[in-house]
Amino acid sequence: MTAPNHQWRQSKDLLMRAVTLACAILVVMPLVLVFYHIVKEGFTSINWAFFTQLPPGPGENGGGMANAIVGTLILMVLAPLVGVPVGVLGGVFLSEYGGSRLNWCIRFAADVLNGVPSIVWGLVVYGLMVLAVVAPFRGIVKSVDVANHQVTVQNRAGVTNTFEVDAKTRLGVGEARQLRNLKTGTEVMVWYHDIQGTHIANRISPTSLWGLFTAAIIRLHNSVSGFSALAGGVVLGFMMIPLIMRTTEEVLQLVPGGYREASLALGISKWRTIVQIVVRTALKGIVTGALLALARVAGETAPLIFTVFGMSGWPHRLTEPMEALPLQIYIFAIGSYPNWWRQAWAGALILLLMVLFVNIGVRFLTRDRFKNKI
Amino acid sequence: MKRGGSHFGDRIFKWLTLLMALAIFALIALIGYELAANSQPSIHKFGWHFLVSSDWDPTNDIYGALPFILGTLVSSFIALLIAVPISVATAVYLTELAPLWLRQPLIMFIELLAAIPSVILGLWGIFVMVPWLHAHVFPFLRSTLGFLPFFRGSDYGPCMLAAGIILSIMIVPIITSVSREILRSVPGLQREAAYALGATHWEVTRIAVLSYAKKGIFGAVILGLGRALGETMAVTMVIGNLPQFVPSLFQPGSTLASWIANQFTEATSDLFYSSLFELGLVLLGVTVVVNIIAQLLLKTFAGPGVKPQH
Repeated sequence: MTAPNHQWRQSKDLLMRAVTLACAILVVMPLVLVFYHIVKEGFTSINWAFFTQLPPGPGENGGGMANAIVGTLILMVLAPLVGVPVGVLGGVFLSEYGGSRLNWCIRFAADVLNGVPSIVWGLVVYGLMVLAVVAPFRGIVKSVDVANHQVTVQNRAGVTNTFEVDAKTRLGVGEARQLRNLKTGTEVMVWYHDIQGTHIANRISPTSLWGLFTAAIIRLHNSVSGFSALAGGVVLGFMMIPLIMRTTEEVLQLVPGGYREASLALGISKWRTIVQIVVRTALKGIVTGALLALARVAGETAPLIFTVFGMSGWPHRLTEPMEALPLQIYIFAIGSYPNWWRQAWAGALILLLMVLFVNIGVRFLTRDRFKNKI
Repeated sequence: MKRGGSHFGDRIFKWLTLLMALAIFALIALIGYELAANSQPSIHKFGWHFLVSSDWDPTNDIYGALPFILGTLVSSFIALLIAVPISVATAVYLTELAPLWLRQPLIMFIELLAAIPSVILGLWGIFVMVPWLHAHVFPFLRSTLGFLPFFRGSDYGPCMLAAGIILSIMIVPIITSVSREILRSVPGLQREAAYALGATHWEVTRIAVLSYAKKGIFGAVILGLGRALGETMAVTMVIGNLPQFVPSLFQPGSTLASWIANQFTEATSDLFYSSLFELGLVLLGVTVVVNIIAQLLLKTFAGPGVKPQH
């Protein structure tokens, strides 16, 4: 004796099965389409020149993204140097030590940090590492000496510096860009894009200890744009910290308590137990967590706009601006030259392959762990 | 027998790891400090007016955030409108209805979609998605829904609607995987009880699973919203980048994140930079609040530990 509306309920069941299946297909489609188009457009532009040559100028043909690839590889070395030690050790703390309330707060904060937009991270490290370098050059005009091409600027820290403003120097300010038109009290920034650091340092007449310090920084940085590969490494590293901390904690939690107890019962001290037994057992998981975090930040572009800024040549120093693959793809994609667009597709193919390779590789290596996760 | 040496080692190690864990709070403080400190000139000059002003005039050094705040909200809303039904349905399919052999491959595909860098999706958006929308979808929308102010007027491709669509593609994976975890954690007893009462497969899902998981799924949606609010590259490549907010979705616009990225290289004066920082501060405030709400919803959902996604 079936219920009177049995037919209707059965057909609704079938309908919803079909609808949810359709949605699942709809979800997979963009991945397939993106991959298809990138392979189709990018593959033809991949050649030996792509991996060895510098980017083409506007309207030029040929060229490659060799410097961008090198730049991204440099960042892939720098970022883990910041992210992995802090993340792993922090994860160790969350898993092995700490009171439940403190740990809950740290975990919650880490999860919120994971949600901070990458462009905000970019602004933060821009303020921390780029602006801090150029801080001496930004401030209020105290006096202008047109005859001797000098302008004295007092920066926000109250330090007064005198700069020689020659033909190659630019003054950044809303209206007045000429030394002649500069009024005292105007906010300026003195740009030295073409002059080497030691030159500038010699031209600064610091009136305080801080001024001496910043002059030394200029000399070290050898560039006054402030943008640097180091800043790029730092911002990507910062982004990795909360990710790695959480994955490390989870993996360490999976290590059976019996291991710790047996080790402690044998008289091994707690820290050795953690380092040599617990962490070693979980090492594979920790490494995969770090690799996934690395793959995640490898594709980030927005933070790089504010830190490494981009450059058309080979990277020379870590304290100078640099090109990176995602950044180069973006610049070429929004440009107006078909050759640039071809380069962008090729770059996207390489980047996508890198990211997918790590993701799929990691999944492959940990597949038995995931067998139960349906 | 206490060996002084290893006791010392224990203390050092504990403090070392504690220090590293507290780095999280240091980072939060750093973010707050850098954004607040560098926004000071702009906050000082414009005050609250910044949030409700639509003027963006670099030549006269006047800046206002309103079009970008509204643009962020609208693009994210569109993204949610598209992504939420599809994601939740997919999560339901994956946990309840899909054949077992299909589940892992599908899950892997969706997690790979999440791994695609934003700039690559943006590149595809500029050259494939937007032209296709311009040629096929927008005319259709114009002819059917053109009576609404949202779908009026012509377009040349990049627009608010395109941004909403590409955002939806980006947030589908996160909503799907978190929803999947939520649905998985619904106790089997709920399902069995419904089956025992003679419910069909879909009815079991609707009555026993979804209503139980409502709060968690809502948390997943808010998490997706948080992701959509902060997304930069794909948006800036398909939204047209104009500092305006108009009713028509076929018109270009901007979001907070896309405008900061777009204007950074054009910034000239100190006040300009400071305004960009202030936009970042507004964005941070909105994203953090949304993320906190999402985390609270997910953590207090009555199920065994749901792993929060990136």
